[in-house]
Amino acid sequence: MKIEQSSADPVAIDQRMGALRSAFSTFIANKLAVGSLIILVLIILFCFVGPLVYHTNQVSAQLLLENQSPSSTHILGTSPTGRDELGRLMLGGQSTIELGLAVGVLASAFGLVWGTISGFVGGLVDSVMMRIVDALLSIPFLFFVILLASIVRPTLWLIILVISGVSWLSTARLVRGETLSLKTRDYVVAASGFGAPRWRLIARHIMPNVLGVLVVNGTLKVADAILTFAALGYLGLSIPPPATNWGEILAGGVNNIFDGYWWQLWPAAVLIVLTVLAVNVLGDALRDVVEARLAQR
Amino acid sequence: MIRFILRRCGQAIITIIAVSIIVFIILHLLPGGLVRAQLGQKASPIQVHALEVQEGLLKPLPVQYLTWAWNALRGNFGYSYKLSENVSTLLAQYVPRTFLLVAVSLLFAVAIAIPMGLWQGYRRNRADDHALSATMLIMYSMPTFLLGVILIVVLNIWLPIFPSTASNFGGSLSIDATDLALPIITLSLANVSYFSRYMRSSVTDNLLEDYVRTAKSKGARNRTVLLRHVLRNSLNSTLTLLGLSLPYTVSGSLIVEALFNYPGAGLLFWNSAQTRDFPVLLGIVLIIAVMTVLGNLIVDILYGVIDPRVRVQ
Repeated sequence: MKIEQSSADPVAIDQRMGALRSAFSTFIANKLAVGSLIILVLIILFCFVGPLVYHTNQVSAQLLLENQSPSSTHILGTSPTGRDELGRLMLGGQSTIELGLAVGVLASAFGLVWGTISGFVGGLVDSVMMRIVDALLSIPFLFFVILLASIVRPTLWLIILVISGVSWLSTARLVRGETLSLKTRDYVVAASGFGAPRWRLIARHIMPNVLGVLVVNGTLKVADAILTFAALGYLGLSIPPPATNWGEILAGGVNNIFDGYWWQLWPAAVLIVLTVLAVNVLGDALRDVVEARLAQR
Repeated sequence: MIRFILRRCGQAIITIIAVSIIVFIILHLLPGGLVRAQLGQKASPIQVHALEVQEGLLKPLPVQYLTWAWNALRGNFGYSYKLSENVSTLLAQYVPRTFLLVAVSLLFAVAIAIPMGLWQGYRRNRADDHALSATMLIMYSMPTFLLGVILIVVLNIWLPIFPSTASNFGGSLSIDATDLALPIITLSLANVSYFSRYMRSSVTDNLLEDYVRTAKSKGARNRTVLLRHVLRNSLNSTLTLLGLSLPYTVSGSLIVEALFNYPGAGLLFWNSAQTRDFPVLLGIVLIIAVMTVLGNLIVDILYGVIDPRVRVQ
């Protein structure tokens, strides 16, 4: 009952709505960010709804149809294995987008837990946890990812885990820094003085306040993950056919680069760059929103 | 200052030990173990046992780790059965080429990004700043190999200036400079887009500082303020970035080496990953990680030399 009353308090609601609304209006005012959001929605529709409208055979390779230039039956021509290139871009986009989002979420969640514990507990635990992060960060990530990908037989989920396995490191470092500064704030010290247990301090007072920075970081991680996935696709360390991703499609185009098969190269290139660019712009815009909120406090 | 250097060296050594432990753990995570990876699935139990005894794999793990670490310290990284060569010989052959590629590219990147970022910060929100920022953001959102492909299309196919492969590269810069051009340009540009963003925002922040106002009110010309005060203060943060970007650049080097067939450690690593040649893979990971830690250490110490405030922290 008490809770209902407080949330029904018009002033409280007004304040909360005010904060949300101002965040929303900061975001809307950023035309670039809104444009990026629209582009992302269109790309997601293209990848996930497109195949329902544009039916193609992506399962079997048809070597008689390989490398055909665009025509009325194959709007963007065919791939080196004779699959319809436009349909292939849709299929490749599905795995690419799924991977980007999954890595963003996983890396953020793990980095959040690792970083808050390390920062909050401090002392020897902190030193050990951060040295582990340092050590893993000093192995150039692509070498690490390739090493892991050569040990396991890649499936989409394993690649998600592998890329998340290197992605969470800088998130953990960031969250630890935030936690260190948050735990000396008055309200945290006060809550601790009232006898709040540690888990409550972390769950109620530290984590919610790290969330803003975390969302920004997570968004940029999505962009990085898509780039890493593309690199793995190019290096041939990706999910086995007939599944595909944009990096692998692009790699096919690169192999035929001297033959002038532009339809195998540039559409995939544009899609990757457009997606990563839109996510990056979105991340920057979210950072502006979060920093404006922090400045208000 | 000496205490600062000693402390940083201590941290670096601990990090290197941690890396070696991680690499060792990965070695033992291999499905079926290192022996199976080398002998293949069809090896008889007797063969497996013989190699396990020979490689000391039946001893307790800590003993194995110490033996392995001691060997690695003396430059013995094992033997590649796939390439019939000592791993240390391979490393000595391939790693310096990657070092060359990374070092020259970073040098170019810094030389381009610092003046560009300074200019952009100074001309903030004007048309030329926006144009440069947009270009950099697009480049930043591009996979490194795509950047290389675009350069191949423009500088090799459309305008046949540079060769599209560096596979003949013998190891000396003076002879094969044109072979190296495209790999170096690709890796440099990938870093320029990364550095110049930070340089720009650092310059923007510094221009708002009190000391800039003071210098201006003392009658210093814009150029003096920018070059004497703002540049020096902005350089500090960009230098840190240089250290942090090392793992990123070395990763980029792998892609560039694969794309241009440049025979460095990255290409060797990639080829070894396809043949699952684990002694080579682990040797390269270890040596590259050690080089990255050392590179960071050097940057940190330089940072301490330039900015005395850092030493105290």
